[in-house]
Amino acid sequence: MKDIYLDNCATTRVHPQVAAAMMSVLREAYGNPSSAHRRGQAAEELVKKARRQVARVFRAKPEEILFTSGGTESNNWAVLETARARIRRGRRLVTTRVEHLSVLRVIQRLEAEGFTATYLPVDKYGQVDLAALAAALSPDTILVSIMHVNNEVGSIMPLADIAGLIKQKAPQAIWHVDAVQSFAKLPLYPHELGIDLVSISAHKIMGPKGVGALFVREGLNLPPLLVGGGQEAGSRSGTENVPGIVGLGLAAELLWERLTENSIHLARLKARLSQRVLAEIPDVCVNGPQDSNGAAHILNLSFPGLKGEVLLHALEDKGIYVATGAACSSRRPEGSHVLQALELETRRLNASIRFCFSPENTVEEIDYTADCLAEIVPKLRRIMMNKI
Amino acid sequence: MHQLILARYGEVGLKGKNRRMFENRLIRRMEEAMTGLPLKKISRTYGRIYVTMTGQVEAALHRLSHVFGLVAVSPAVGVPLDMAAIKAAAVKEMKAAAAEGYTTFKVETRRPNKAFPYKSPQVSREVGAEILKEITGLTVDVHLPQVVLQIELRRHQAYLYWRQLSCPGGLPLGVSGRSVLLLSGGIDSPVAGWMAMSRGLEIVPVYFHSFPFTSDRAQQKVVDLCRVLARYSGLIKLYIIPFTSIQTALREGGQERLQTIFMRRMMMRLAARVAEKEAAEALVTGESLGQVASQTVSGLAATEAVVNLPVLRPLIGLDKQQIMDRAKEIGTYNISIRPYDDCCTVFVPRHPEIHPDPVIVAEQETGLVAPRLIEEALADAETLFITTDWEGS
Repeated sequence: MKDIYLDNCATTRVHPQVAAAMMSVLREAYGNPSSAHRRGQAAEELVKKARRQVARVFRAKPEEILFTSGGTESNNWAVLETARARIRRGRRLVTTRVEHLSVLRVIQRLEAEGFTATYLPVDKYGQVDLAALAAALSPDTILVSIMHVNNEVGSIMPLADIAGLIKQKAPQAIWHVDAVQSFAKLPLYPHELGIDLVSISAHKIMGPKGVGALFVREGLNLPPLLVGGGQEAGSRSGTENVPGIVGLGLAAELLWERLTENSIHLARLKARLSQRVLAEIPDVCVNGPQDSNGAAHILNLSFPGLKGEVLLHALEDKGIYVATGAACSSRRPEGSHVLQALELETRRLNASIRFCFSPENTVEEIDYTADCLAEIVPKLRRIMMNKI
Repeated sequence: MHQLILARYGEVGLKGKNRRMFENRLIRRMEEAMTGLPLKKISRTYGRIYVTMTGQVEAALHRLSHVFGLVAVSPAVGVPLDMAAIKAAAVKEMKAAAAEGYTTFKVETRRPNKAFPYKSPQVSREVGAEILKEITGLTVDVHLPQVVLQIELRRHQAYLYWRQLSCPGGLPLGVSGRSVLLLSGGIDSPVAGWMAMSRGLEIVPVYFHSFPFTSDRAQQKVVDLCRVLARYSGLIKLYIIPFTSIQTALREGGQERLQTIFMRRMMMRLAARVAEKEAAEALVTGESLGQVASQTVSGLAATEAVVNLPVLRPLIGLDKQQIMDRAKEIGTYNISIRPYDDCCTVFVPRHPEIHPDPVIVAEQETGLVAPRLIEEALADAETLFITTDWEGS
């Protein structure tokens, strides 16, 4: 059977070079970077190298990269500790309705602690409403958390415009960007935009699970979330996940050095799939950004009349692996908060399928996927559609 | 160390001439439940079953607490029929009770062995006095004691016990024959199966898999449910019947309003075929009244009209809360609430027929599903043998 993996926003297959590098760390460079002896130093050097590799993608200093256990920890840390450390300056938080739950849930917790939050609406393309942002920013805004690329529909937030608005209306606010879905796939230079904090994760870029990083602008006061042995210059305690960190660094480098080729390839895959599906299957709609707007690796389609989950399993039967939305919310009965924020018609809400491409996917795979969809969708619709 | 377990059984003891058969069945079930544990022997005297272990008594107690037919099990000690030995054992047992924080007790004695020279009340009195003398911090409370030390004077030995685990009661599995359970993965049907088993009815669960309308995780859910039920039943043989082509045929040709009833009738037919193969004499379903639109009396009638077997619905008198409470006690609830559609939830008609006319249903159903599809579904059915691993239980 075919094995076509189009769920690369949920996670990716580890790059063979990354896996090999990690294996050698697991077996040879197993020292604790904090140990005084040679083995410790060797491990420490590996961590330093990975820090440089990640920093290069951000055009940042290596010291501005702090390793974490992944996107969730980075988001939790950035939002929670930024807010708590600035409570005397203000209590106003600004975010969007389409952030990842590891941001939204933390903000809800801060609300319970007495902070006030504004959840900015998005338009039907998943773009944040800049007028609403302008209205929400005030001199007592202490934190703005807006993602780079939305994980469900692939909308790219207008970071340059947002940067301008923050500078003008709330220059004191700390700006956090969740870049888990864009890291090493789209350029993002925090210093050029005045971004203070950026979250990333390794397993979305063909690296391992369980490791990520937070970019913390030099000079920014961000108290640690995890305390203990004082690793990561006292900012993040816990013995470094050396194999994971090495994997993250290498995965970032491998993806970043092929940025242009990858972008062209991914855009081609996405365009091909959406054009074929829209031409060959009636009543299909693109959720979020249209045409070539939006991230090149994410395509979210609705097939009204079908339950997304049923189509997902039917594709699985053909060896094609996709998602109905974010993997973390697929088990929640209320459905996707992102699609709800887009205010889609009801018939599109539970009928969505998210295709996420990786540079490993081929045009042949996309054609096969389009063939299968053209075969399956009308058949399933006939069965699923309600008859009078 | 206790090496002895005393098991009491309730209803089984009441069954006149069949008692022996019932007891034999119960002991066989107990032996089966102890698979892998160091069991030495199981013996019985009137009204009691004694289980002798060479170790792992706690694990044995836990397993026996899932055996239908048993009312309660207790770890016990056996000593020679000698007053001094009984007293010494009693003091040791009550020291253990005191160490667990109990403060009041009483002693109860039974003397089936009338050759023992002291009468029951006298034994209780003397042993109680000895305990009071030897252990400070324990007092007698004859009305509401926290601990009751039981002494049984049998033919060869005296048995002492005070700790007790309750068992599910009911009848030993198998004494009422065998049934096929329609198992969906929801909250209700596993409870229905458990209740059928509690009346001595073996179950052969049948699950209808409608991939891609239901996912493999929905099927895994059913396997996990069977693993829990197997704690009570021992080995379970699960039938997984591919249902997609039948469901597709129903959807393509049949009236929307009647879809649920058509589907349930097909399931009944297939379950009855499995029953034939498994020599089962009844079908068991998790239906109750009024919970969903198809569960009206006429809905149930239209559903069961297609089979000749009795259709048992143990949940008929329970409401949803009671069913959920029971599911939690049994241990199936947390599996049942995993959010994967089962075949009953994925296709719900917008306006289901509440009072189906059996004649119209039969008429409308004619020709919808080719007999070939039914035979194929049965031929492609998969069977899984499922045992419990006793982990996390």
